[in-house]
Amino acid sequence: MVTYIVIKLFLVLFVFVLALTVAAYSTYGERKVSAWMQDRIGPDRAGPFGLLQPLADGIKMFTKEELIPSSSSKYLFILGPSIAMLTALMAGVVIPWAGPIEMFGQQVSFQVSDINIGILYIFSVVSIGVYGIMIGGWASNNKYSLLGALRASSQMISYEIAMGLAIVALVMKSGTLSLGEIVAQQEGSWMNVIYQPLGFLIFLICAFAETNRAPFDLPECETELIGGYHTEYSSMKLGLFLFAEYINMFVSSAVISSLYFGGYNLPFSHLWGLTGGWLAAAQFGFFFLKIVFFIFLFMWVRWTIPRFRYDQLLHLGWKILLPLAIFNIIITGLVMWANGQLS
Amino acid sequence: MVTELLFYLLSFVAILCAIMMIFSKNPVHSILYLIATFFAIAGHYFLLNAQFLGMVHIIVYAGAIMVLFLYVIMMLNLNEDAEPVKSKLQKITATLAGGMLMLVLIASLKNAELKTQMPGNEDIGLVTALGNILFNDYLLPFELSSLLLLSAMIGAVFLSKR
Repeated sequence: MVTYIVIKLFLVLFVFVLALTVAAYSTYGERKVSAWMQDRIGPDRAGPFGLLQPLADGIKMFTKEELIPSSSSKYLFILGPSIAMLTALMAGVVIPWAGPIEMFGQQVSFQVSDINIGILYIFSVVSIGVYGIMIGGWASNNKYSLLGALRASSQMISYEIAMGLAIVALVMKSGTLSLGEIVAQQEGSWMNVIYQPLGFLIFLICAFAETNRAPFDLPECETELIGGYHTEYSSMKLGLFLFAEYINMFVSSAVISSLYFGGYNLPFSHLWGLTGGWLAAAQFGFFFLKIVFFIFLFMWVRWTIPRFRYDQLLHLGWKILLPLAIFNIIITGLVMWANGQLS
Repeated sequence: MVTELLFYLLSFVAILCAIMMIFSKNPVHSILYLIATFFAIAGHYFLLNAQFLGMVHIIVYAGAIMVLFLYVIMMLNLNEDAEPVKSKLQKITATLAGGMLMLVLIASLKNAELKTQMPGNEDIGLVTALGNILFNDYLLPFELSSLLLLSAMIGAVFLSKR
C-alpha cells in the first residue's frame, strides 16, 4: 500500500515536471520554428543556441511589476489565471505514459489513474478550462478583455460538441471509455487513425480551437482586441495564462497520440526484443517523439495559416464539423454492423 | 470513515455555496457559487461510485450550461446598480410562494426512507451497467426523452430564424 502511494506520488511529480519542462521549451521551440519559417535566426543570446531562453523569460516574468486594476474584482482577477493553470495541469493524470512493468514485486502502471471513463475526464477538464479565461476576462473590467472572454466561451462550446461526437465514433470502435484500454487495444494492430481518419481530422481541428491556437486564436486576437482576455494582466499572472496554453498544447498532443496514434506502443514491438524497464523506457521515448511531432504540428499551422474571421469560425464549427462528425458516427455504425461487430 | 467525512464536507460545501449563490448581490458571483455547488454534487456522485454520472454532470452542467449562463450575464452586463428593484408586494409574494414550496418538499420527504447505501450491486453507476439498463429495460423512455430534446432543439432553431 505504501509503495503504491509512493509510486503514484512520484508519477504525479514526474508528470507535473514533464508538463512544465515541455511547456517551457515549447515557448523556445515556437520562437525557433517561427524564426525558421520566416527565415530569421530566433533567440540565440541566452546560452548555447539560446537554450536558456525559457529560464530568462521566467525570471523576467517573475520580476516584472504586478498590477491589479483598481476597478477590477480582485479575487476573481487572481482566480482566473489560477484556474487556467490548474485545469491545464489536471488532464495529464489519465494519460498512460508507458506500458505496465513489474517493479518492487508488483505491477506498476505508468498511468496515474486508470479511471474507466478517462476520455470523459479529459473532456470535462477541457470544458471547465474555459472558466479561467472567462473569469479573468470579466474580472479585468476592460471591454477588450470581456470581448475576448465571450469569444473564448462561445468558441469552446461550439467546438466541444464536434469534438465529443468525434470521440463517440472512436468509443464505438473501441468499446471502452478508458484511455489505458484504448491504448492497449492498439498494441500489435493498426493505429486507430487508420479506422477513424475523419474522426481524427475533426478531433485535431477541434483541439486547435480548444487550445485557442492559431488559426482559432480569436480570444486574444491582437489586431482587434489588443491582447484579448489577458490585456490587463502583467507579471507572472500573464505568464500563467500563456504557460497554460502551452501545457494545454502538450496535453492535447499526448491525448491525440494516445487516442489515434497508438500512444506508447512501439511499431513491430516484438522485433525489438526489449523487456521490462528497457521496453517501458523505449515506449515512453517513442510516445514522447509522437507528442513532440504534434506540438510541432501546432506551431507549423500557427505560422502558416492566417486567423479566421469570427463568423467563419462559427460557420466551420456548426455547419461543417458538426455534420461531418455525425456522418462519421453513422459510417462507423454501418461498418461495424456490416462486420457483425454489433450484437 | 473517510467516505462519511467526505460526505459531510461535500454537503457542507454544496449547501454553503447554494446559500451564497442566493445572497450574493453580483450575478456573476452567483453563477460562480452555483458552479461550485455543481462540483460538490458531482463529488457526491463519485462517492456513490457513479463515476459516469458524476463526469457527465460536470461536463453538462458546469462545462456547458453554466458557461452559457455566464456568457449571457456577461453580455447583459448586469451589476449591482442595474439590478431591478422589486416592489414590496412582489417580495412578500415571492417569499410566501417559496416558503410553501419548502413546506411541500419537507412534507413529502419527511417520511422517506433514509438510505445510506446504494441498492443492489455497487457497479450500478458505472457506464456498462448504466448502458445495459438504459438500452434494455428503459429503451422507450430513453428514446422518448431524446425525441423531446430534439424537438426542443428544432424549436429553438425555428424561433431564432423568425
